[in-house]
Amino acid sequence: MTHTPKGSAPPPAPPASPGAIPSVPPQVTPASGFPRSSAGPDGEPPRRTAFAEGLDQVRAAATTEPGRLRIIGAVLALLIVAFGSVTAWQMNDRATAADDVLTSSQPLSSAAAGVYSSLADANTAASSGFLAGGQETPESRVRYEREIGEAADGLATAAAASEPGSESEKRVAELNALLPKYKGLIERARANNRLGYPLGGAYLRYANSIMQDQMLPKAQKIYDNENRRLRDDYSDATSYPWAAIALGAVALGGLVWAQRRNYLHTNRVLNHGLVAATVASTVVLLWLVAGHTLARSGLNDSYDHGVRSLTVLNDARIASLKARGNENLTLISRGAETEEIKKGVVVDKFDHRFGLEMKALASQLATAGKLADDDKGAEPVKAALAGMEVWQDRHRSARTADEEGKYQCALDQVIGGRATPDCRAGDKPTGECFDQVDANLNTALGHETREFEQAARGGLDAMTGLPVGAAVLAVLAAAGAVLGIGRRLSEYR
Amino acid sequence: MEAVRRLRAGLKGWGGVGAMAVVCALTVVFALVLPLSGTRGGGPAGTGGQGVAHGEQTRADDCRAKGDPQNHSLRPSSSESGPTIKKIKDNGFLTIGVDQNSYRWGYRDPNNTAGKAELEGFDIDIAHRIAEEILGDPAKVRFRAIPTNQRIKAIQDGQVDMVVRTMTISCERMADVAFSQPYFTTGQQVLAPKSSPVKGYDKTLAGKKICSASGSTAWETLEADQKSGKLVASADITSVNPPNQLDCLVRLQLGEVDAVVTDGALAASQAAQDPTVKLVGAPFTTEYYGVAMNLEADDLVRRVNQVLEDYLKDGWQQSYDDWLSATLGDDSTGSLPPSDQKYRD
Repeated sequence: MTHTPKGSAPPPAPPASPGAIPSVPPQVTPASGFPRSSAGPDGEPPRRTAFAEGLDQVRAAATTEPGRLRIIGAVLALLIVAFGSVTAWQMNDRATAADDVLTSSQPLSSAAAGVYSSLADANTAASSGFLAGGQETPESRVRYEREIGEAADGLATAAAASEPGSESEKRVAELNALLPKYKGLIERARANNRLGYPLGGAYLRYANSIMQDQMLPKAQKIYDNENRRLRDDYSDATSYPWAAIALGAVALGGLVWAQRRNYLHTNRVLNHGLVAATVASTVVLLWLVAGHTLARSGLNDSYDHGVRSLTVLNDARIASLKARGNENLTLISRGAETEEIKKGVVVDKFDHRFGLEMKALASQLATAGKLADDDKGAEPVKAALAGMEVWQDRHRSARTADEEGKYQCALDQVIGGRATPDCRAGDKPTGECFDQVDANLNTALGHETREFEQAARGGLDAMTGLPVGAAVLAVLAAAGAVLGIGRRLSEYR
Repeated sequence: MEAVRRLRAGLKGWGGVGAMAVVCALTVVFALVLPLSGTRGGGPAGTGGQGVAHGEQTRADDCRAKGDPQNHSLRPSSSESGPTIKKIKDNGFLTIGVDQNSYRWGYRDPNNTAGKAELEGFDIDIAHRIAEEILGDPAKVRFRAIPTNQRIKAIQDGQVDMVVRTMTISCERMADVAFSQPYFTTGQQVLAPKSSPVKGYDKTLAGKKICSASGSTAWETLEADQKSGKLVASADITSVNPPNQLDCLVRLQLGEVDAVVTDGALAASQAAQDPTVKLVGAPFTTEYYGVAMNLEADDLVRRVNQVLEDYLKDGWQQSYDDWLSATLGDDSTGSLPPSDQKYRD
C-alpha cells in the first residue's frame, strides 16, 4: 500500500521476473514505478541480487524530488503502521494480563486461600465436635459439612483453572484424592464416638494427622502458586509499553520533519494529509501513555489496597483457624505430645503452637489495620483484634483451670458450658471469641475484595478500546501520510 | 547415656563384688563423663547417680537371671515421712500419667452425659485410690495423657509423679524407673480379623504386616523374637508403629495391617470395640502391670505398694467387675497378680 498511492503515481511498469532472461530489463523491482531509470539498459552482463538492484534504484530515486517524496511517504507510512500495531499488540497483552488479574488469578488466589481455610476449619469443627462428646452439637456438624463442601467447591475451581501438567494441577488432584479419605476417617470417628468407644478418638487423631501433614501443606502449595501467578499477571499488566512509546515518538518526529521539509520546499504551511496523520498519531500516543498510566495506577491501587489487604487477611484467618485447632488439640491430647522449645524447657506441643499462631494473628491484624484505608475496612479488623484479645484472656483462664486439674472446667471454657461456682467462666468459652474473629475477618475480606474489584476494574477499563483504537487510528494516520505525500507528488505530473 | 549403657553392658557378668569395685574406681570418671554427656543430668538423678545406676543394674541383672520382674519391688510401708511424699503433700495433688485411649482401662466415655469429661477405667480407679490414700481425697489428682513411648521419659523428667498406664514390669525398664508390685496379670496376644488366616503367634504370621505401639512391650518382644528366630523373619513388624495400641486397631480396620500384637488385656479391649476381630491363639508371654515411679522415690514406691496391698483386698475385684469382666470374663483369677508376692527388700 505504501508504494502505489491511488491516483497520484504514474502507472507502474509491468512487473518483470527477475531471473528470466540474462538481459536486464529497465525496471526490475516489481513494486516500484519510476518514470525514468537513470541506470539505463546498458546490458551489464553479471547478474546482481534483487536487493542490490533495489538499493541502486532507491539511491537513484533519491536524486530526484518525486523519488525522495516516495521514499519519505513509504517510510512514514511504515513507521505509523508499526507504531499502531506495536501499540495494539503491547496494550492487548497488558489488557489481557489485567483482565486475568481481575477475573482469573485474583479469584483463584482467593479460592486457593479458601480451600486452605475450609480444610482447616473443617478439621477444627471436627475436633470441636469430638470434644463435645458423642452427641456433637448441630452447629459443629453443620459447620463441618459446610466447610467440607466449600473445600470441594474450591478444589473444583482450582482444578478447572490450573494449567495441565502444572504443579498446582498435581496438588489439586492429590487433595481431591485425600479429601474423601479424610472424610471417611472422620465419619468412622463419629460412628465409634456414638458407640462410646475411644476408637473414635484414635480415628480422629489419624484424620487430623492426614490433614496436618498431607492436606494442608498441599493446599498451602496451591495458594503459593496462585499468588505467584497473580504477581506475574500484575507485573505483566503494569510494565511500561516502551517499544510502542518509542515508535510513537519516532513516527511523530518523522511526521514533523516531513512537514517542515515540505514547508521549506513549498512555503506551504499545511499539508492536510500529513496534518491528519500527525493528529491521529498524537492521539494514539497520548491515549497510550494516559491510558496505560491510568490503568497502571488503578492496578497498583488494587494491589496496594486490595491484594495486600486480602493476603494479610487471608493469612490472619488461617492463623486464627490454626490457633483454634491447636487449642482444641491441647484438650484432646491432654499433654500427650510435648515439645522441647529450648534446652530443658518442655512445653505442651499444641499449646505452644497455639501461642505461635496467636502471635502471628496479632501481627497480621496489626498490618491489616494499617493497610485498611477506610472505616468500612478498618472496623471489622478492629473488632477482630478486640475479639482476639478477649480470646487470649479466656484462653489463659482455661489453661489455668486445666493445669489445676479441672479438666471439665477447662473444656467448658473452650467449647462452652455452664457457669458453676466451681467454674465461674464456664459459660464464656473461647469458641465465641474465635467465631467473632472469624466473622469479622470474613467481613473485612468481603470489603477488601470489593475494593480490589473496583480498583482493578478501573484499571482494566482505562485500557478498554486502546488496542483496537490504536490500530484504527494508525491505519488512518498512515493513509493520511500517504495521501499527503501523494498530493505533493501529483504536482510533478 | 550411651557411655553409661556400654559400661553397664561391660559390667554384666562381673558379679556383684567385682562390679562394686569397678564402680568405685570409676566414680571419678563418671563424675567427669556425666556432665559432659549431659543426658542424664535433667532428672533427679543428682548426686546419687552412680550408686543408683549400679544398684539398678545389678537388680536388672538379677531380675533377668531369675526371670521374675514382678518380685523386685520394695516392701510396702505406710510411712509418709519420705521426701517424695512430703513434696507431693506440699503440692496438694498427684500428677499421674495415664492413657486415654484404652477402653475400660483409661479412657473418656464420649457418651458420659453426667457432664463429666473425666477419664475412667481400671487404671483410673487405681490412680484415684492412690490419691485418696496419700492425700485423703480421690479427686486430688491431675491426669496427663502420655504416649506409650513417653512413659519412661515423663517419669525421668519429673513431668509426672507416677505412671498408671497398663505398664508392664520388665527387667529392662527397671534400669530406668522403679516399679511397684504388680496389680494385674496378662500376656501378649495376637489380634486379627475373624476371617484372617492368622491363627496365633506362629507361622501363619509369615509375610504379614504386624502393628504394635512404639515403645510397647509388644514392640520389644516382637523385635527380640524376630532376632532369635521365634517369630518368622518375613513378618513385617517395623513399618507400622503408632504412638498407641488403639491406633493399631484403626490400621487393622483400614486394612493397612494384618494383625495387632499387644497385651491380652488391651487386645480384649480392642476386640470389644470391633466385633469383627478376635484374639487368636493363647497369650505367648506372662506379664504384670505395675505402677512406675522415679528411681529415687523409694518412699513413694513403698507407700504405693501398701496402697496396692490394701486395694487387692478391697476394691480390686469391684473395679474388675465394673470395667473388665465384660471383656475379660467374670472369672478374674487369671488376671490377679501372683499370690506369692516377694520383695527385693
